[in-house]
Amino acid sequence: MDEAIVLKYDISPDDFTRAGEASSDVKGKLKQLGVSPEAIRKVAIAMYEGEINMVIHANGGEITVEITPVDIKMVLADVGPGIPDVEQAMKAGYSTAPDEVRSLGFGAGMGLPNMKKYTDDMAIETKLGVGTTITMIVKM
Amino acid sequence: MTVKDVQEILGARVLTGEEFLDREVRSACGSDMMSDVLAFSKDHSVLLTGLCNPQVIRTAEMLDIVCLVFVRGKKPDETIIEMAREREIVVLETGHRMFSSCGMLYKAGLGGGAI
Repeated sequence: MDEAIVLKYDISPDDFTRAGEASSDVKGKLKQLGVSPEAIRKVAIAMYEGEINMVIHANGGEITVEITPVDIKMVLADVGPGIPDVEQAMKAGYSTAPDEVRSLGFGAGMGLPNMKKYTDDMAIETKLGVGTTITMIVKM
Repeated sequence: MTVKDVQEILGARVLTGEEFLDREVRSACGSDMMSDVLAFSKDHSVLLTGLCNPQVIRTAEMLDIVCLVFVRGKKPDETIIEMAREREIVVLETGHRMFSSCGMLYKAGLGGGAI
């Protein structure tokens, strides 16, 4: 792998059962590229949580994944409501997800903490009423 | 232990993955909250859950879960079983409740993995 590989995914807000397809695809591609299992696991978990968040909270969005020999960069961009209090959202257990989402197995308040836990670097840019962009990096 | 041991201990039915019963399992995790599973699960794990939707399979896929156990008689539909089949994940179904299932496996020597 000499050049960067860029993958783009549109995340549909309509179908919760399909949430995770993009992460699944990325996992498969990283495996084909011979990326280490540890890095694949970190990317898969972090991106899956982010993808679920985009479906639950942000009406979908776009994910761009850039793979280089050095690292894997994931940029998750949505035009959702934005996060009012990022510090609070980062606390384990804090959740604003509705009950119907909890009945689907999410909304435990572990999404953003998990994304931070499994990545080497994470940055959140958010503006109320405009949207949120989360950039995560996992080193090879 | 192996997936076969898990199946026997729980008196579970194999819904898919009969050919992978000799696979090794090293730890287990029991939860209906997938985010908690994503936070704490380890390698070569068994996941016990009462949640029955496609996101259980996706979560298992992301974590390379070896075996899924649906507890308290929950029956996943054919779409869910098919998703597991494609991903080569063993799916078991037991009538035991979550607490009992976890206890039986723990007693037989399967731990939750280091914190």
